[in-house]
Amino acid sequence: MTLASIIIQLLNGLAAAASLFLVSAGLSLIFGVTRIVNFAHGSLYMLGLYGAYSLIQFFGRTPLGFWGAVVLAALAVGLVGILIEVLVLRRIYRAPELFQLLATFAVVLVIKDIALFTWGAEDLVGPRAPGLSMAVEIMGRRIPAYDLVLIAIGPVVLGALWLLLTRTRWGALVRAATQDREMVGALGVDQARLFTSVFFVGSVLAGLGGALQIPREPANLELDLAIIADAFVITVVGGLGSIGGAFLAAIVIGVAKAFCVGIGSVTWFGFEVSFSKLTLVVEFLIMALVLVVRPYGLLGKPQAAQRAAEPAPRLQVPSWTFALVWLALLALVPLAADRYTTILLTDIVCFALFAVSLHFIMGPAGMVSFGHAAYFGIGAYAAGLLLKRFGLPMEAALLLAPLIAGLFAIVYGWFCVRLSGVYLAMLTLAFAQISWSVVFQWDSMTGGSNGVFGVWPSAWLSDKTAYYYLALVLCGAGILFLWRVLFSPFGYALRAGRDSPLRAEAIGIDLRGFQWAAFALVGALAGLAGAVYAFSKGSISPSSISIAQSTDGLIMVLLGGVETLTGPVVGAAIFTWLRDVVARNTEFWRAVMGGVILLIVLLFPQGLVGGLKALVVRWREQRA
Amino acid sequence: MSRAVLQVEGLHKSFGGVQAVADVSFAISAGEMLALIGPNGAGKSTCFNMLNGQLAPDSGIVRLEGRDIVGLRPRAIWRLGVGRTFQITATFASLSVRENVQMALYSHAGRLRSLLSRFGAAFGGEADALLDQVGMLDQAERTCGVLAYGDLKRVELAIALANEPRLLLMDEPTAGMAPKERVALMELTARLARARNIAVLFTEHDMDVVFSQADRIIVLDRGVLIAGGTPPEVRANPNVRAVYLGSAH
Repeated sequence: MTLASIIIQLLNGLAAAASLFLVSAGLSLIFGVTRIVNFAHGSLYMLGLYGAYSLIQFFGRTPLGFWGAVVLAALAVGLVGILIEVLVLRRIYRAPELFQLLATFAVVLVIKDIALFTWGAEDLVGPRAPGLSMAVEIMGRRIPAYDLVLIAIGPVVLGALWLLLTRTRWGALVRAATQDREMVGALGVDQARLFTSVFFVGSVLAGLGGALQIPREPANLELDLAIIADAFVITVVGGLGSIGGAFLAAIVIGVAKAFCVGIGSVTWFGFEVSFSKLTLVVEFLIMALVLVVRPYGLLGKPQAAQRAAEPAPRLQVPSWTFALVWLALLALVPLAADRYTTILLTDIVCFALFAVSLHFIMGPAGMVSFGHAAYFGIGAYAAGLLLKRFGLPMEAALLLAPLIAGLFAIVYGWFCVRLSGVYLAMLTLAFAQISWSVVFQWDSMTGGSNGVFGVWPSAWLSDKTAYYYLALVLCGAGILFLWRVLFSPFGYALRAGRDSPLRAEAIGIDLRGFQWAAFALVGALAGLAGAVYAFSKGSISPSSISIAQSTDGLIMVLLGGVETLTGPVVGAAIFTWLRDVVARNTEFWRAVMGGVILLIVLLFPQGLVGGLKALVVRWREQRA
Repeated sequence: MSRAVLQVEGLHKSFGGVQAVADVSFAISAGEMLALIGPNGAGKSTCFNMLNGQLAPDSGIVRLEGRDIVGLRPRAIWRLGVGRTFQITATFASLSVRENVQMALYSHAGRLRSLLSRFGAAFGGEADALLDQVGMLDQAERTCGVLAYGDLKRVELAIALANEPRLLLMDEPTAGMAPKERVALMELTARLARARNIAVLFTEHDMDVVFSQADRIIVLDRGVLIAGGTPPEVRANPNVRAVYLGSAH
């Protein structure tokens, strides 16, 4: 590379870093004060882009129209943020953190469909910035003038935020609340107003980050989850709650990506290495590296211990009769059901095992995973590829696939168990995205965005009812096995480690070792669910390993309730069934699902099964 | 005096140039109750955390029954026979009282790696015997998360005794308890320690507890041991009076 091209890539990277920084700073600010991991933050960014697009149409393509549209779009997104905070989150600040997460998933679904309804499914290409559409010549290369403006905006916003946080009373409150939320409350500060204002500022930053991208990136419906993954990575690399860290991380990642694009393909020792294909992965590699060396990010500090965390309740041993009666019922269903219902039930059974394996790791083992689809997807792809590319019989592929998923879980888990809490969750997401990127780009092996076709089971299982029985036996056995393990010494050790890592270590328990083994175990079983699912569908697409698949799993678990064993199964059944019913009747199934989830969140903050149990208890007490 | 269970020689630790513990040496023998006292910030917790493996000393020797344990992890030190209780109780809140003690017994026996057997099928009798000794048997079925603080301290004591320790490290064992409960808990500890020939090292702020229960007392001030001896000796020591009462030498 010449010096000129190095400088150009540097400038490209800095320009890209501006928006990344704005979005991440907003996310970091909101997390710092409210402790909510706001998955809907990416949706706010997406709304910023769409809003700016429409407002520019309205105002006309003049410099004033363009910049007016950008600012107005950001402010409008800020108002949406206030709406989310006041209507949804404020009502559940006392609910468990994971439930707040579920609420933000629901908001993601709703906003996606509002955008679909308002702007349609086509990508919308925005205009170039009027007055800045020319290119500036730097060292013989041409670089868009707009990029130079973006490069300046990053530090300007950083400076403005710094002034706001250090020179105003509001900023002092935000910093205090980031350090110690309870103390700020105890000092008589109106928390509701503080939270709302923080949500406003954070959302404006997300909206601004989106609006500024309008000349660079078409507005589309996939941006919400794509940018949230980026923003998570940047906040975690920079250190949660650190604005300066977010700035630094945005630059590191923006520049690294630009260089990967700029370098293109290089031949090293006879091997062709494609750096441009690395673009999707590089930020996650940086994150994995940073977290292993500096577990709290570049400029982050260890999270303050949270006081008064509710201890997890005792787990109830599932009764065997209960489980067997249900299995028997499920075994009888195909006798009465049509082909369509049988296929839906097969889906439900697969997702039930997926959800139970996720519950195992996030509930009793205390390690929340945002990227559980990695193992489901790897299981599915392993099964499909062993059959199609390696010519193995279906039965062998089905047996080997969970082992391969388990192997990946061992590798990913080695890194993940070194962290805890939100950092751990983000790292799982990073590994899932790395897996997705590889699947998406390795055309010759995985079929890229098209996926793998013709993944059908052997002849004796080609009948849908026969396959349903296979799914029921395999997934049912998987679920019962995981439940059994929860009550074994191994499962108890995991629960003990979740309750008190300090005490676990003090009685000789190698907690990391147990957690690592648990990772491998649930990875293998999620892989089994994925493999069974693949053969039931006959094809595999990259969506089986996407963030959306991971969040679906989280929704299933949280919907049913993380504190009961049967919750995830119920959640998987209801979610899969509801999605099927709604999707058949309306294009806007996501909004309906999101609305239903929000209703449940607001009515049953302990999840469906937990909420119903509480109702039964209250009913019994009233009768007694 | 019988051979020392724990022998500490020339322990040093500083944090960023600030000397937290300097040249601390002492020993405890089996069945002995040794109190480590000192004003806030004297270095008691630092000292403690170097003994239990939480913190590595800059220099110095820590010998458990003749074996150097510096650099070992807390769980390895536990395996060598050191039980611990914490200033803020650490128990498994979602498990029952009995299961908490069984967890330590399973771990001691190396039987936690089983995936399919049912936890709780073994060591029930042993757990109940330990709970009986600390007076918690009647609450064995209750979940730890709902226990009163004083009861949790007793559960911790039972857990700490589960691996038949040679040495018990108790960091402020009576913090957060009512005055009456404090003496009772330490009397119980002393009785169990003598019966089982366990050496006990504890830090404590309540001087009634210290002077009534300890066989010997060592006094730490600004990282340095300034006195040591029986309760009457320490009470009469002018250095100790100076530190605690602030009077001139």
